[in-house]
Amino acid sequence: MGLAKRIIPCLDVDNGRVVKGVNFVGIRDAGDPVEIARRYNQAGADEITFLDITASHENRDTTVHTVEQIAREVFIPLTVGGGVRSVDDIRVLLNAGADKVSINTAAIHNPSLVQESADRFGSQCIVVAIDAKAVHEEGETPRWEIFTHGGRKPTGIDAVRWAEKMADLGAGEILLTSMDRDGTKNGFDLAVTRAISDAVPIPVIASGGVGNLDHLAQGVLQGHADAVLAASIFHFGEYTIAEAKAHMAACGIEMRQ
Amino acid sequence: MAPQRVAVIDYGMGNLHSVESALQHAGNCDVVVTHDAAVVAAADRVVFPGVGAIGDCMAEIKRLGFDRLISEVVASGKPLLGICVGMQAMMEGSEESGGTECLGLFEGVVQRFPGGVDKQGNTLKIPHMGWNTVQQTMRHPLWYGIENNARFYFVHSYCVTPTKPEAQAGGCEYGLPFAAAIARDNIFATQFHPEKSHDSGLQLLTNFLNWNGSC
Repeated sequence: MGLAKRIIPCLDVDNGRVVKGVNFVGIRDAGDPVEIARRYNQAGADEITFLDITASHENRDTTVHTVEQIAREVFIPLTVGGGVRSVDDIRVLLNAGADKVSINTAAIHNPSLVQESADRFGSQCIVVAIDAKAVHEEGETPRWEIFTHGGRKPTGIDAVRWAEKMADLGAGEILLTSMDRDGTKNGFDLAVTRAISDAVPIPVIASGGVGNLDHLAQGVLQGHADAVLAASIFHFGEYTIAEAKAHMAACGIEMRQ
Repeated sequence: MAPQRVAVIDYGMGNLHSVESALQHAGNCDVVVTHDAAVVAAADRVVFPGVGAIGDCMAEIKRLGFDRLISEVVASGKPLLGICVGMQAMMEGSEESGGTECLGLFEGVVQRFPGGVDKQGNTLKIPHMGWNTVQQTMRHPLWYGIENNARFYFVHSYCVTPTKPEAQAGGCEYGLPFAAAIARDNIFATQFHPEKSHDSGLQLLTNFLNWNGSC
């Protein structure tokens, strides 16, 4: 008995609507993030991550309103990310009911934002999201770089060194997405997950590429992740959260059933 | 029965809406998030939350005179629930923030998790973040209807070990054993977040709303 590894379903939300769809049996409105969050809460999810992909900054009021509604009826931790640029953005989301806020691109442009917000609100609510891509040639020592703009723009920053720096600045958790694997259903990039998990003293969430339940277990057993995040395998009803937990537990992983 | 008046003490450290929403969900109560000592004094029961660094929390508690207010609540016999840093603040002191003097409602200090590796050789990440099991080490009305070793949601880097083992109401382990909950008289305090711990957490809050303040 000890600390359980976590399963985190992720909702991509654009202008207050879940995109890529969710296909739960009997759900009334597959685009309503509040209804979907409620379902995942009932289904035994350990946390929920809400990623705001709304392009315009003006529509962020919608996001704040949605976070408020979710926080009123979902009593598990809620992480909100996407478009977070300032200490003020973080304050607004925390006040709306987010338990953690995820900082991505803004951390690259302004690393001191991580330190300022951790000092101000506590490390426990500051997640740094890292989008990494392999940049080594075959036969070379593995190396991953941070990419922005959905994996199109290289930054030249080494992903493992960056994760260490973010932990030093006060991040409480790393959300690591492999841009090579995201959307492929071929499983996590276990090498980068393990390299970062082993390098930092804070928890790491593995993301990008989950296509089946073995992938989730591998993220923990081989990638050394503390939590695994997935979207489509849960949204489209391929697997339930309960099935995922049962499978991971059968692989010897401590889970909250 | 008239709704219970619950005061959630707000001393400017973080969002308290989750606590408020969860209490409203847990039972028939009027919850007010307040920094007004008179409102706290008029409430039937009091919640003392806290997040972030304890040095900042204690500085605000003292600046606002809430150290006296908490003592008055304790003396009044009203049920008092501490959560997370609220529980840590009830100890004598913390080694966080270069050493912080706390309220001294319980003997013992708050120390940082040592980290290291567990018995299986896994690295113990800090913060201790996620769902861990809580062993009920004291019979207490706040555990009513909650299974022994149920999981609750934790997120903290420092932990409490009371000097008197009989003050511990619930135990947990993460590299070392520590107190998941402490209790005496009309005080119950949890290191975990009941407001984020799904059904078990809501049950604990329901129990708090039903509790008469004696062990």
